[in-house]
Amino acid sequence: MKSAAFEYARASSIAEVCDWLRKGGDETKLIAGGQSLVPMMAMRLTRPARLVDINEIAALKFVALEKDYARIGACTRQCVVAADNALAKQVPLIRQALSWVGHSQTRNRGTVGGSLVHADPAAELPLAAQVLDAQLLLRSHAGSRIVGAAEFFEGPLATVTRADECLEEIRWPVWTEKRSGSAFTEVSRRHGDFALVAAAAQIALDADGRCTRAAFGLAGGGSIPMAFPALAAQLVGSTLDDDAINSVTHDAATALDPGGDLHASPGYRKQLAAVLAARMLRAARDEALKQ
Amino acid sequence: MEKLYPITVEVNGKQRAAQVPARLSLVDWLRDELRLTGTHVGCEHGICGACSIMLDGDPVRSCLMFAVQADGHRVTTVEGLLQADGKLSVLQDSFCEAHGLQCGYCTPGMLISSQALLDKTPNPSEEQIRDAIGGNLCRCTGYKQIVDAVKLAAQRLAAKK
Repeated sequence: MKSAAFEYARASSIAEVCDWLRKGGDETKLIAGGQSLVPMMAMRLTRPARLVDINEIAALKFVALEKDYARIGACTRQCVVAADNALAKQVPLIRQALSWVGHSQTRNRGTVGGSLVHADPAAELPLAAQVLDAQLLLRSHAGSRIVGAAEFFEGPLATVTRADECLEEIRWPVWTEKRSGSAFTEVSRRHGDFALVAAAAQIALDADGRCTRAAFGLAGGGSIPMAFPALAAQLVGSTLDDDAINSVTHDAATALDPGGDLHASPGYRKQLAAVLAARMLRAARDEALKQ
Repeated sequence: MEKLYPITVEVNGKQRAAQVPARLSLVDWLRDELRLTGTHVGCEHGICGACSIMLDGDPVRSCLMFAVQADGHRVTTVEGLLQADGKLSVLQDSFCEAHGLQCGYCTPGMLISSQALLDKTPNPSEEQIRDAIGGNLCRCTGYKQIVDAVKLAAQRLAAKK
């Protein structure tokens, strides 16, 4: 349980990170909180030749609230983001998701960007990013590009980030509707474990209680966290009664292809997915109705 | 020979300088080089919490950091919880009083997590205590006495003020 040997460099700026990645992107791994990378290195599942430490780069640690987006620096600690009340008001789903992430010791070190680029299929923050279609700013020596969450995740632990690119910031869309609500839940063997299935939803309502916008997604049901924009769009115009909700969540669960293991069979995971997604849509609706 | 990297880390109030290979974990450096063996190594991959230390005041898992990453930072281990005169801290004494330990393997991590909680939340609810130690596995106590010990420590610290 000891890592293989590697070279270490502590980067002091984003430009320096891009320089390291340009020189040897294939052999270089960036380390942020290290809460997933270091266990993988200890188990020798990965053996990077060089680690470039981005923990000391102040420019990667910020929460900036703008009208349409909440911007979060990639190396911002999960504990800092979870404690940000202004952010929780603008994009409540982030705090709701973080309440299920790991433990205080891992959230003190783990980062928002690290969780996204690690792309565990059952992780909470990638699901929240999918549901809200967060925009990810990737930087390389050659420039930058923005990728939506819908295109970002490719498979288990795989994203479209190229070997010479790093994640710089995440832009979380702000829903400006007066009446909106969101909710996040999961079932896992113990709180803080990866989810067997996680579900998240966000809803906006008009003055009459009719749905004007909806988003929901599921994690743990396949190789990446999934959002269901086409199904969510079917909810628009409805009052989000049980029939409307159950119909889309049934279709969403049917679209999943979960694996089975000693914790849960594929059938159980699908059942959970339908139940939890419906529960979260109702919870988000009820939250919106209070406003 | 693996390349060595110079580091200077404040450990329990003292500046400690060393030359370390990049892959040396922080907990191995603390235990094997500094002989601060109070911090325990359990799973070595971030599950059990036995290796919890405070980094700049916040509890983290020292098996999930490399020693070289701690350069320029402040580390507190369980040894650093003792009072200046060498006596057990209020929290440590409360663990004894409330039978908050049996085999003692998880205890350093439990103490670090609980102390970090009390530092920020002097009067924690049971839920807050259970959340704070949620990342520390104990296979002996069933956690009840540990929660009692933290409650007792909070009461004693409040009475002292």
